[in-house]
Amino acid sequence: MRVTVNGEQKEVAATRIDALLGELEFEGTHFAIAVNYDVVPKARWAETALADGDTVEILTPRQGG
Amino acid sequence: MVAFYGDNFSSRLLIGTALYPSPAIMQQAIRASGADLVTVSVRRETAGGKTGDAFWSLIRELGVKVLPNTAGCHSVREAVTTAKLARELFGTPRIKLEVIADSETLQPDVIGLVEAAAVLIKDGFEVYPYCTEDLGVAQRLVDAGCRVIMPWAAPIGSARGITNREALKLLRQRLPDITLVVDAGLGAPSHAAEALELGYDAVLLNTAVAKAEDPVAMAKAFRMAVDAGRTAFEAGLMTPRDFASPSTPVVGTPFWHAAS
Repeated sequence: MRVTVNGEQKEVAATRIDALLGELEFEGTHFAIAVNYDVVPKARWAETALADGDTVEILTPRQGG
Repeated sequence: MVAFYGDNFSSRLLIGTALYPSPAIMQQAIRASGADLVTVSVRRETAGGKTGDAFWSLIRELGVKVLPNTAGCHSVREAVTTAKLARELFGTPRIKLEVIADSETLQPDVIGLVEAAAVLIKDGFEVYPYCTEDLGVAQRLVDAGCRVIMPWAAPIGSARGITNREALKLLRQRLPDITLVVDAGLGAPSHAAEALELGYDAVLLNTAVAKAEDPVAMAKAFRMAVDAGRTAFEAGLMTPRDFASPSTPVVGTPFWHAAS
C-alpha cells in the first residue's frame, strides 16, 4: 500500500497506525498523528485502518516562538 | 500575577524556546527570564529520530507550562488541524494561533485568523491569536470568543519595537477586560517596558533573547524591564506636557527680585 508519511511517499505493509510506526521505526514516545487532516488520538492508533493514498503526519514537540 | 483564561501565571514575560545557541543556554535563559509560560511548536519527526522526546524532556525539566503555536500555517485548515495536534501532543487547550498571510513579512492573515479562532473556541480551545494592531480585527476576535489578544509590535524577529504606539494604546483603552499581550517585534528590554507601561498585561518574545550575545543575561534584562514597566503602569505615569515646568521650588530662589 502506498501512503504519504510526513510528505514522503512510502510503500508499506502496515494497515494500521501503530503498525506503521513500528514498520517505519518511529521510536520516540511523544507523537501526535493526523491522517488526511484528521487527528487520530493515541488511544485509537491500534484500531485505525490506513487506506491506499492516505496522507499521514507524524509530529512531535519542537522549539517554537 | 497575570491570568490567561482563568489560569494564573507569576510572570508577565512569555518566552519562546527557539533559536538559542544550545539546549543548555535555552534552559538557563528561560530560568533567568522568570517565565512560567513558554511557546513550543509541533513539527514532523524523522523516522528513527527522537528529537521530539529530547526537546520535550528539556521543557519538562523547567517545570513551566507550554503555549503551543501554529507557526507556519497558511490556511484555516492547517491551523485548526495543527492546533488539534498540539492539544493531543501537549495535553493543553492553550494555542497561540498563527495564520500567516505572507512568508516574507510573516504578516498575519487576519481574515483566516478570525475564522480559525471561531472554530477553535467552539471546540474548547483557549486561543491566543497573533494579530496586527488593528482594532476592528481585535474586536472580531473578541466576538469569536477570544479572551486574550496578541497584537504584534513589529514583524516577527525584526527587533524594531513598538511601531504603532497609538494603535496599541487604543486597543488597551477599548478592550479593558481583555488580556492583551504584545507579541513579536520586540528587540530591547526598553520595548518590553514600554508595552507594560501602556497597560499591556504581558509580552511574548523569543528572538530578542535567543539571538542576544548573552541570551541568559538578556533574559534577565527583559525580566527586570517587564517588572519595571508593570510597576510604572500601576504607579500611574504622569501625563506628558508640551512645555517645561520647574521641579525645583521657585519660592526663595537666590537673587530673585520682583520685576519693577
